[in-house]
Amino acid sequence: MTMLKAAGLSIRFGGVAAVDGVSLAVPEGELCALIGPNGAGKTTLFALLSGFLAPQSGAVEFDGRTVTGMKPHAICALGLARTFQIVQPFAAQSVRENIAVGAHLRLRSRRDALAFADEVARRVGLAGELDKPASALTIAGRKRLELARALATRPKLLLLDEVLAGLNPQEIDAVVPVVRAIRDSGVTVLMIEHVMRAVMSLADRVLVLAGGRLIAEGPPAAIAADPRVVEAYLGQGTAARLARSGGAP
Amino acid sequence: MGSRAPATGLGRDLAVVAAIATAILLLPLGTQSGAALHAVILTLLATVLGQGWNILGGFGGQFSFGNALFFGVGAYAAAVLQMRLGINAWIALPLAAAAGAAVGALVGALAFRYGLKGSYFALVTLAFAEVFRILANMLPFTGGGVGLMLPLDTRAAAMQFASRVGYLYLIGAFAVAGFLLHVWLRHSRFGAWLVAIRDNEAAAAALGVDAFRVKLAAIVLCGALTATSGLFYVQYLHYIDPNIAFGPAFSVEALLGPIVGGMGTVFGPLVGAIVLHALSESTRNLVADVPGVSLALYGAVLIVMVRYMPGGIMGLLRRR
Repeated sequence: MTMLKAAGLSIRFGGVAAVDGVSLAVPEGELCALIGPNGAGKTTLFALLSGFLAPQSGAVEFDGRTVTGMKPHAICALGLARTFQIVQPFAAQSVRENIAVGAHLRLRSRRDALAFADEVARRVGLAGELDKPASALTIAGRKRLELARALATRPKLLLLDEVLAGLNPQEIDAVVPVVRAIRDSGVTVLMIEHVMRAVMSLADRVLVLAGGRLIAEGPPAAIAADPRVVEAYLGQGTAARLARSGGAP
Repeated sequence: MGSRAPATGLGRDLAVVAAIATAILLLPLGTQSGAALHAVILTLLATVLGQGWNILGGFGGQFSFGNALFFGVGAYAAAVLQMRLGINAWIALPLAAAAGAAVGALVGALAFRYGLKGSYFALVTLAFAEVFRILANMLPFTGGGVGLMLPLDTRAAAMQFASRVGYLYLIGAFAVAGFLLHVWLRHSRFGAWLVAIRDNEAAAAALGVDAFRVKLAAIVLCGALTATSGLFYVQYLHYIDPNIAFGPAFSVEALLGPIVGGMGTVFGPLVGAIVLHALSESTRNLVADVPGVSLALYGAVLIVMVRYMPGGIMGLLRRR
């Protein structure tokens, strides 16, 4: 079954086509990565999928329902949660209170929401920091907090916007298994990611966005060897030059 | 880590409310002085005003600069219902609160529908208070600029009391209701959503929080509670006119208390009201012979407090 489907999504900002006729489908249970050079429109695409921006044309279907034009909170209530590339903690509140805001989507009782926050914190490795104010967390901690809050809404689909960006290699190695465990628990994941090591080890399938268009999709290994992808990152003609000089891309 | 749910402080908050209620109840045993009781009554009136503002501004981060709007609507609703329609004051109480809630819903629906925030929202509340002040001056049933004088009828059945103790208990009851509302905010899903919107509206929306509805509910609660303080004013002082009801004095009083006491805290409005009233009394006593100097001193102390205690007095206590 298809969890998320986009058909012909487009949005322009002034003269720039930020997302230009993107169609994609993410089947239930998949961990799909969305990659592309800076300015490719990845975060804008996430905003279109999660209702933070309304597309000028095209449609989004989530879990069998058309959600185009719906407000973000309503889409979240249907089971689509997102994180932000630039972390957005409720800085004055404790880690537990931050996560409880997400938990309240499904739990009315304050006590239940706080208890569920503890449980989610354990899943993402924040159990030791529950009483700290969110502002006291390191960048890695804040990324985990983004993940925890989204997870606390009990989503069917998670859109992760660069949860590994800004982390050092040890921190990345610590978060990768967390993401894998989320997928293994039955949550479908679509993640924007620049850390290719993580993409290669995590993703079932990779979508490549460049200049607002999807230029390639396939299994990670094939994508890494795709000349179109190499050129999108390194410039036109690079693939051919690399091939001539005998070096693998 | 145990499986026990973390302590939330609900019991402690309720205990403090019970202690405050007891103190108000027992106060007449300590003093029967009219001046002392009057000072406490005005402090509690400022507390209720501050509580109304604190729901929307302190918890919700939507700074109203025109809360006199709700105060005035409550005051005029109380006076008009009793004097023009012969409705009993106790029945006018829920009606005045409903009128405050309705005006809150109107302002909120307009302002929040169009995403007004920060200074724009403050200006809109200020403008609404001004519009109502002009309306109160013009409309026939409000008595125009002359105002309305509530006839004396010192029976508890008419919500008027021969002794100040009756008024102390009345405003005390409103304040305790306001405290319980605050305790509920501090320990409920609605309150958690409201604070989340204050801290980061986009992040709250991404977590399923319907910011428009939550803010609308907050301004409705703010309007209803603030309107009861307006009703109390009319019952206690028997007079209201457009400048008192909708002028800037009560708008400023409503926001100063919580800001000085601690925005978004359960007891900040009370602490702020006590400190501000003590401050204004002592500056007045200190330089009684030169008119105006006491106000300048009051203002200077306020600036220092806001500059060096951004979290208010409650914030200062918590850090220690």
